[in-house]
Amino acid sequence: MNIYVIMKRTFDTEEKIVIENGQISDEGVEFIINPYDEYAIEEAIRLRDDNGGEVTVVSIGDEEVEKELRTALAMGADKAVLINNEDIEDSDQFTTASLLAAYFEDKEYDLILGGNVSNDNSTGQVGPRLAEQLDIPYVTTITKFELDGEKVTIERDVEGDVEVIETSLPLLVTAQQGLNDPRYPSLPGIMKAKKKPLEEIDYDDLDIDEDEIEAKTETVEIFLPPKKEAGKILEGELDEQVQELVKLLRQEAKVI
Amino acid sequence: MNFDLTDEQRMIQKMMREFSDEVVAPGAEQRDKEKKFPVEIFKKLGELGIMGLPFPEEYGGGGADTTSFAIVVEELSRGCGSTGITYSAHVSLGGAPINLFGTKEQKEKYLTPICTGESLGAFGLTEPGAGSDAGGTETEAKEENGEWVINGSKCYITNASYANHLALTAITGRENGKKEISAIIAPTDAKGFKVIDNYEKMGLHASNTTELVMEDVRVPQENLLGKKGHGFRQFLVTLDGGRIGIGAMAVGIAQAAYEKALSYAKERKQFGQSISNFQAIQFKLADMAMKIELARNMVYKAAWVKDQGRSFTKEASMAKLYASEICMEVCNQAVQIHGGNGYMRDYHVERYFRDAKLLEIGEGTSEVQRMIIAREIGC
Ligand SMILES: Cc1cc2nc3c(=O)[nH]c(=O)nc-3n(C[C@H](O)[C@H](O)[C@H](O)COP(=O)(O)OP(=O)(O)OC[C@H]3O[C@@H](n4cnc5c(N)ncnc54)[C@H](O)[C@@H]3O)c2cc1C
Repeated sequence: MNIYVIMKRTFDTEEKIVIENGQISDEGVEFIINPYDEYAIEEAIRLRDDNGGEVTVVSIGDEEVEKELRTALAMGADKAVLINNEDIEDSDQFTTASLLAAYFEDKEYDLILGGNVSNDNSTGQVGPRLAEQLDIPYVTTITKFELDGEKVTIERDVEGDVEVIETSLPLLVTAQQGLNDPRYPSLPGIMKAKKKPLEEIDYDDLDIDEDEIEAKTETVEIFLPPKKEAGKILEGELDEQVQELVKLLRQEAKVI
Repeated sequence: MNFDLTDEQRMIQKMMREFSDEVVAPGAEQRDKEKKFPVEIFKKLGELGIMGLPFPEEYGGGGADTTSFAIVVEELSRGCGSTGITYSAHVSLGGAPINLFGTKEQKEKYLTPICTGESLGAFGLTEPGAGSDAGGTETEAKEENGEWVINGSKCYITNASYANHLALTAITGRENGKKEISAIIAPTDAKGFKVIDNYEKMGLHASNTTELVMEDVRVPQENLLGKKGHGFRQFLVTLDGGRIGIGAMAVGIAQAAYEKALSYAKERKQFGQSISNFQAIQFKLADMAMKIELARNMVYKAAWVKDQGRSFTKEASMAKLYASEICMEVCNQAVQIHGGNGYMRDYHVERYFRDAKLLEIGEGTSEVQRMIIAREIGC
């Protein structure tokens, strides 16, 4: 089985976001594998262990991404590919999906896994866009994946409910929390990670023009959410509290 | 000069940080209270290949360096001091002498189960009459029909209840009234070998500290570890490595205490503001952060010097001495910053404080470290 995982390097969930000159500052920030992509990597490794084949983890970014790719290799992936996009000025989900589509053009794949969303931009677009461009079926927010020959049975999370879907390979899926419990990389895994192949591709090695992948969106402004004020506890009889609450929602919060 | 960790060290650190936060720290308070040895954690560490971390791959080890060992000890100790000392003793007192002085057969037989985690490692040196003066050993091993017959006792031996075998020091002869001390590997289930787990300790309650009693314990002659009469020299070398472990443990406990104190200081309000607004508290926290940073640097340096294959006696002693003393200071101030709450179990810092004290005693007291450093600088 040829299994691919698309993976993003993101901010550690514990990090405090700081905006400097209108941009999010990554000074001194800890980076991690996007947590949803970790589920995808874990699932890919399990599928390979059960069905044979190979797991290749693909990521787009600068050279620093090598660290997260090595971690994926330490977890048990077989190969890693880094598509360097340092020279691309404007990039959005369309750009990312298009670069990936160009990469996958001449590849043979049975299954592509990704995260449901990234914990930074949270658009959830890259997986579906890539599947569209490759013209293969896709299922998002999956919490269970079962393979029986060519037949695939998937459970997906639909806002708290479960939807069961039957489909077949080749296929793209995106992982939701609950799919599995990602392993810690083992020490032998870590020691071996360096010896596993990590291929670096410059984006212009791909058969693609820069204006074909130009971002479709423009970021106009980046700002932090307003600081959370201390909560208010209403007092008095229940009726009075309700009256007061409605008044506050109308006049102060202006939400009704 | 490069202060960055290597890729492997960085990955080990990240993995162990997560492991410590998710698996080790959550039950630490409970285990300390119930004096419950962290069996499950060590099973998991075995599965992750961490138990044999610095030992050669041919014996099931991980082939990692001493800095990685220090990183693992620090991270485990940050979550739970008892887990930290168990691991540190397992590797640096249990595994290391067999790796350093054992024959190929001995390594296959005794180092491999240590690497897989099937057996914990332990080392029996201290006796009721032989602590800082380890030459005061009275345990004797006599040669009889191709066997060693061991008689004597050891005290305060870490991990022995969970060790299938351990190296211990014994007198194997006397020349002109001078004792000849050797190290011998003994299986803990040998006839006449008693492991007594009965101490009431100040801290590290979830670690295993035992008394060993040997009455006519017979082991084959081939169980001699290293050269006959070299036991004293060998354990000096072993302890040098162990001190890096104790230093790393001190850094881990100090880090935990500092993190707790910092977040508490920000939350706790008195006189209408966070106590972290008071300069008196800020200075304590600044000192803690500085001391921990310095101690960690010295531990890493000692580990690095060792990995270069150079003599690291002085560096290991300095790392152990400095880290253990600042750990006590940091834990003391962490309790202070917590006020009355700090005196209570629920806030963890009192446990760190109790656990920290051992670090100024085990594997050579602070006084002994100063003696070693003084000798190394040519006094
Ligand atoms: C929890 C725990 C775990 C342990 N684990 C192990 C283990 O796994 N294996 C093992 O072999 N041992 C172990 N030990 C023993 C430990 O290494 C000894 O307790 C330590 O070396 C000190 O020896 P001692 O207790 O006999 O103290 P002593 O040597 O009696 O020292 C008493 C005091 O006198 C001071 N002193 C002694 N000599 C001098 C001198 N020449 N100059 C100045 N001051 C001096 C000491 O610094 C100390 O302050 C452990 C101990 C504890 C508490």
